[in-house]
Amino acid sequence: MDNPIKNKTAIVGIGQSEFSKRIGRSELILGLEVTKAAVEEAGLRTQDIDAIILNDMQDDNQLAFARNLGCRDMKFWSGVGWGGGAVCGMMAQAAMAITCGMAETVMVLRSRHRGPKENRPWAHTQARVQGPWAFEVPYGCIRPSDQIAMFVRRHMYLYGTTSLQYGAIAVAHRKHATTNPAAMMRKPITLEDHQSSRMISEPLHLLDCGLETDGASCAIITSAERAKSLKQKPVYITAAVQACGPEPSLMSYWYRPEELGLHARYAAKRLWPMAGITTSDIDVAMIYDVFTPLIVFQLEEYGFCKAGEGGPFVEGGRIEWPDGDLPVNTHGGSLSEAYVHGMNHVFEAVKQLRGTAINQVKDAEVVMVTSGPPVPTSAMILRR
Amino acid sequence: MISELPLPEIDEYTKEYWAGCKRHELLAQRCKDCSRLRFPPRPMCPDCSSWNAEWTKLSGKGRIFSWTVCHPPVLKAFEEKAPYHVVLVEMEEGTRLISNMVDCANDEIEMNMPVEVVFEEVAEDVSLPRFKRAGR
Repeated sequence: MDNPIKNKTAIVGIGQSEFSKRIGRSELILGLEVTKAAVEEAGLRTQDIDAIILNDMQDDNQLAFARNLGCRDMKFWSGVGWGGGAVCGMMAQAAMAITCGMAETVMVLRSRHRGPKENRPWAHTQARVQGPWAFEVPYGCIRPSDQIAMFVRRHMYLYGTTSLQYGAIAVAHRKHATTNPAAMMRKPITLEDHQSSRMISEPLHLLDCGLETDGASCAIITSAERAKSLKQKPVYITAAVQACGPEPSLMSYWYRPEELGLHARYAAKRLWPMAGITTSDIDVAMIYDVFTPLIVFQLEEYGFCKAGEGGPFVEGGRIEWPDGDLPVNTHGGSLSEAYVHGMNHVFEAVKQLRGTAINQVKDAEVVMVTSGPPVPTSAMILRR
Repeated sequence: MISELPLPEIDEYTKEYWAGCKRHELLAQRCKDCSRLRFPPRPMCPDCSSWNAEWTKLSGKGRIFSWTVCHPPVLKAFEEKAPYHVVLVEMEEGTRLISNMVDCANDEIEMNMPVEVVFEEVAEDVSLPRFKRAGR
């Protein structure tokens, strides 16, 4: 497959805030802090930024960032939907803008004030509900965990996937987080802890669910040519796709007439040919993990195993660092490090490829990163 | 946080559906050109781009395709019922609906259980299609 963006752009700076339930600084301030850190790490100035790509759920728009960062000649901006599905799409747009000559220094940011209880989107449900959710919310299908639980149970029914297999994912993520000082949850857990954690949306336990976090993470992208003269070892964007299958909506993935499926399968169809590699080339994977079963579903959809084999795949430490065949989310992911819509997965991917990760995969050369698959999604391949 | 039961906003695309529910009829749009069912309702057929549609009455019969049981924290209107269930029903005609059972405890719901629609008045302008075990 022709791939005009292949290794033409590189991540040259990354910045990330601390993570907690309540940081007490606005999304704007957190976003500016991590952008400044990312730019300075690259050896650039904030005034050099000429393109701003935000998650479209951001409290503040591109202009608010541009006013503060001192952008004087903006050439490209966009806001990418939808929530957790956006991050790799934001990276894809950065690569596109630079390769097409539309911009030179692109910031990709997710800053998020989501830790406090009152900030859960579902807690802001209105008395009258619009769109497809009008057919779901009145029945009490409201929280993302309620919505994803439908597929989780279906997968268990069709393939015999077990809650213990989902538990193995929770345990692996926590194991990775125990050595990561940035992680919100560092106390090791066992399968018994997972099984005895309270139910949220059956069959999902509390320990199947991602964290709620205040925090921010930024990446600075420029051309591969210019990256050579900057301060950090470049991390190249090899392939990046956005994907949205039929009957799209936010989380309501059950209106397609086929067996339940996620948008990830549409991303997978193009990601591998675009990158010119296969699953066996991936040294470490950053897989969107706001619920443990999403790892199972994506391992299947992206072809690491066949449909129905994702449960057995994650058993026996197979996704654990350092000894697993496919280390997944070596920072602890959304389950144990922080939930900033997966932007911290990009940060960790860059660290792995620079060779500076806390749980460093030896000689990591190629990393896959994915975004949330129950909503219009995205994925990318990075390499050093 | 709202304390009342969240209800559908009835708009130009969905008013026939909700009016059908008030009459205790479960309706779906059917494309007049290619016969495809459209649910949730919308103005254009995603298969043949037609604007033409008619409202057709579904049999009301289906089977349990999946379900969950929701535990706190939940919206205030659901606190008293929690843990409460939500079902995904696959209708005979192929469309799927999120709903609740009216005659099942949470632990009585089973995969593929045959169900049929019933209607419950929840507001002056809204009756919600819910389900009971078929043949009872």
